[in-house]
Amino acid sequence: MVAVAAREIRDGEVVFVGMRLPILAFCLARSTHAPSAIGLFENGVVRDSPALEFVVTISDGPNVAGALWCTEMRDVMGLLQSGRVDLGFIGGAQIDRFGNLNTSYVGPPGRETRLPGSGGGGDIASLARRHIIIMPHQRRRFVERVDYVTSPGFGEGGDWRQRVGLAGGGPSAVITTLGLFRFDPATREMVLAHTHPGVTVAEIRAQTGWPLACVPDVTETPAPTPDELAAIRRFDPEGFWTRDRD
Amino acid sequence: MPDGAAVVLGTALEALIPFATAHELIRQRRRDLTLIGPISDMCFDQLIAAGCARRVVASWVGNVQHGSGYGFRRAVEQGIPHRLEVEDHSNFTLALALEAAALGVPYLPTRTLLGSDLLAQNPRLRVSPCPFTGQPLVLVPALVPDVAILHVQRADAEGNCYAWGATGVSAAAAKASRAVIVICEELVEPGVIQSDPNRTLVPGFLVRAVAHLPWGAHPSPVQGHYNRDHAVYADYHERSASADGVRAWLEEWVLEVKDHAAYLAKLGRARLDSLRPKASRLAAPVDYGF
Repeated sequence: MVAVAAREIRDGEVVFVGMRLPILAFCLARSTHAPSAIGLFENGVVRDSPALEFVVTISDGPNVAGALWCTEMRDVMGLLQSGRVDLGFIGGAQIDRFGNLNTSYVGPPGRETRLPGSGGGGDIASLARRHIIIMPHQRRRFVERVDYVTSPGFGEGGDWRQRVGLAGGGPSAVITTLGLFRFDPATREMVLAHTHPGVTVAEIRAQTGWPLACVPDVTETPAPTPDELAAIRRFDPEGFWTRDRD
Repeated sequence: MPDGAAVVLGTALEALIPFATAHELIRQRRRDLTLIGPISDMCFDQLIAAGCARRVVASWVGNVQHGSGYGFRRAVEQGIPHRLEVEDHSNFTLALALEAAALGVPYLPTRTLLGSDLLAQNPRLRVSPCPFTGQPLVLVPALVPDVAILHVQRADAEGNCYAWGATGVSAAAAKASRAVIVICEELVEPGVIQSDPNRTLVPGFLVRAVAHLPWGAHPSPVQGHYNRDHAVYADYHERSASADGVRAWLEEWVLEVKDHAAYLAKLGRARLDSLRPKASRLAAPVDYGF
C-alpha cells in the first residue's frame, strides 16, 4: 500500500502530506523515484528531504530538523489554496463510490460513532490539484453513500465539484489494502484499476458496498521492489506503520 | 483561569503541547472550559475525560499515534462524564478563525470545505458569493479565546519568546486571544530575544504571564530539548478504552501527583534522559550588524 502510494508522487511535485501512512509514502518516494519532490505538512513544516529517521507524527524531531521552512499553518494552507500543491495524501474511515470521505460521524443519526474529525483532510480534499486516499478496504468502510462528507470527493458525481465551487481537482486514486482505484473521467465514479498481488476482483467486490465497476483490463499492482522495501524498512524499522493490523 | 474560560492550547499541533498546564487544570478541577485547538494530540481527550470541558472547537480530537480518543468518544456518544458540545472545523477554518481575530476583522473568506457536511453542521461557517466574482466562498468568523497557553523553548521575564520547529497556529492564537500565558523550557536574560528578532514568536507586551517549567510539554516533543515519549500515548490509549480505566490513569498520573516536580520524579531520571536529543544541531548564527 505504501509503495503503491509513493509511486503516485511524480518527481518534482509539491506534495501535501497528511498524518500517519502518507508520511511514510512521502519518505519512500523522496528516497527512490522522486528525489526533487517537496513535502508540505499541516503543522507548517516544508521539506526537500525525507524525515531524518522514523517518525510517529509530523512534528517529531526528525521531520523538523533539516527542513526547508518551519512556519505557521496559514502559510502551508495558503499554498494549498492558491493552487501551488500538486498532490495531497489523506487517510479515511469511510468512503463512497464518488470518493467522498468521512472521518467525523459514522452510523445512524442519534447513534453515531464519533471519529476524530477533519484535521487537514477536508482542506487537502477541497484544495489540492489532485489528492489520493489511503485506507483499509472493508465492506463497512466502502459504502454506497457516506454518513457525513468530511473531505469532499466528487460529491454526487459528474461536474459536482465545479457546481459547488471547489478549486481542487478531486481524488485521482484510492489505494487500499486490496487494490488501486481510479475515477471515471465523465461520471466520476470509482473504478477498480489494479488488484494487489494475490487478491481477486471477486474478493474486492465482496468488500465493497456498491456494484463496483472495473477498467476493461484489471492488472496486478507490481510488488514492492527491493529498493522500495529497503527504504520502507529504513523509515519504519519496527513495522509501526506497516505491520498487519485489524 | 476561571471556570467557563475559552482557552486555546496545543497550537503547534503534535509538538509543544502544554501538558503540565492541562494536568494542573485537571488537578484544580476547572469546569465548563471551552477548548480550542486544531488537532489536540491526547491533551483534549484527557481534559474531556476529567470533566473539565463543556465545549470543544477543533478540527480533530484524538490520539495521533493510535487514532480515536476514547474520552472524546464517550463524552460525545454517551455524555460521560457529561455532555460535550462540539464545533467542527477543518485545520484551515480553525486557523482562519484565529487569523481573523488576530487581524481584527469579523471574518475571513476561504474556498475550503465547499460541499462538505461541516458547513451544514457548523452554523458559524457560512457560504456566501464573492462580491467580486460571484463564486461561492466560505466565511469563517473571528474566534477570540480568553486565554492562549503557549509552550515555547525560550522566553525572557517579559514574555518575549521564541519557538522553533513548526508553530501551527501559535502566533495567530497569541494575537487573537485576550491574554497569553507563556510556558518556557529556558528563561533567558533581557536582550537575548532581541539578538535575533526574526525568530520572535510573540512580543512580550501581548503576554500576561510567563512560567519557567522545563519538561512542561512532556510527552509531546520540544525540538532541541526532548523527543516525543511515544510510550505515554500508547499507555493512555490502552487504559483510556474504558471509563474506569481512564479514571485510574488520571488518578495515577495527574490527581495523585502533587505537582509537576512530582510528575517528573515519578517518570524518573532514566526515562527523561532517554528522551534527550542524541546530538545538538545548532543553527548558523545570523549577523544583525549595521
